[in-house]
Amino acid sequence: MAFAPSDEPVALKILVAGGFGVGKTTLVGAISEIRPLRTEEVLSDRGVGVDDVGGVEAKTTTTVAMDFGRITIREGLVVYLFGTPGQERFWFMWDELSYGALGAVVIADTRRLTDCFPSIDYFEQRGTPFIVAVNCFDGAERYEPDDVRIALDLDPEVPVLLCDVRRRASAKVVLITLVEHALKTLTAAQR
Amino acid sequence: MTPPEWLDDDAGPVVRPYALTRGRARSSADDLDLIAMVTASGNAPRDPAEISPEQWRILDITARATSVVDIASDLDLAIGVVRVLLGDLQDQGLIRVRPPAQVAPLPSERILKEVINGLRAL
Ligand SMILES: Nc1nc2c(ncn2[C@@H]2O[C@H](COP(=O)(O)OP(=O)(O)OP(=O)(O)O)[C@@H](O)[C@H]2O)c(=O)[nH]1
Ligand SMILES: [Mg+2]
Repeated sequence: MAFAPSDEPVALKILVAGGFGVGKTTLVGAISEIRPLRTEEVLSDRGVGVDDVGGVEAKTTTTVAMDFGRITIREGLVVYLFGTPGQERFWFMWDELSYGALGAVVIADTRRLTDCFPSIDYFEQRGTPFIVAVNCFDGAERYEPDDVRIALDLDPEVPVLLCDVRRRASAKVVLITLVEHALKTLTAAQR
Repeated sequence: MTPPEWLDDDAGPVVRPYALTRGRARSSADDLDLIAMVTASGNAPRDPAEISPEQWRILDITARATSVVDIASDLDLAIGVVRVLLGDLQDQGLIRVRPPAQVAPLPSERILKEVINGLRAL
């Protein structure tokens, strides 16, 4: 395998997915320095009530803020965290975000487990290594990871763990579990 | 940095972030990966007057290799806008872009172990 020369910085991408309000932003903020990042959502390729600019492509967009955090492992080795926007209208961004991603954390809330089905389907289909992190909200009934695995019909090798995304230590374990899983997937593929 | 007026968050639901790019939404850097690394080539621009203040800032930041997302975040500009600005700089030979595939074909076992240890140490 080719090694990047030591002066060439290496950047890795981890996605944080899951249903609406499940704790994606909280997880990114608990473990990394949150930074502003905006992308644009194309409303239409024709101006909507906007004067046409002669001869140039008029792209009408809104800018949307994304969850984005970075963790510097060392000089020249950075892990970027991207929250994948939950609403369906932002799905156009998923392909771009997941391209070349090391893996994904799918956050689940046991009170509405089915909300994470689309994320799981997506990463299964793309072959992106992912884990399921069950965010334990106050007052929500506790389930064992294996119950969640069965309910979500997950392959046995997909790690499932309980977490509290508000706690840094817990967020750390989530990320380590994902990278270990990605490493396992990588070495299995090389065998 | 205070964004120009027409980039203001309160501008309403329909904004025109592409004003900075003179309305263009497409460029040679359209496919630029979010974590591609950009480095200033050190070449002097042929026509410095053609380089916008934002592009000067990009050249400044990328004196050291910097990812596309970090550039967008540092300049507080939307990613699509940054891609257009980078495309121009690339066309003029002012920056070099290394896609992640070239940076790390697949993250090596060594890198992933380093990341795991780094996360443990956080
Ligand atoms: N009690 C409790 N509240 C939590 C927990 N995790 C997140 N929250 C709260 O739940 C709300 C939603 O969390 P976010 O992190 O914003 O969720 P999100 O997935 O980013 O939400 P969207 O971006 O709107 O889809 C916030 O008010 C959090 O403070 C948790 O583990 N326990
Ligand atoms: Mg959020």
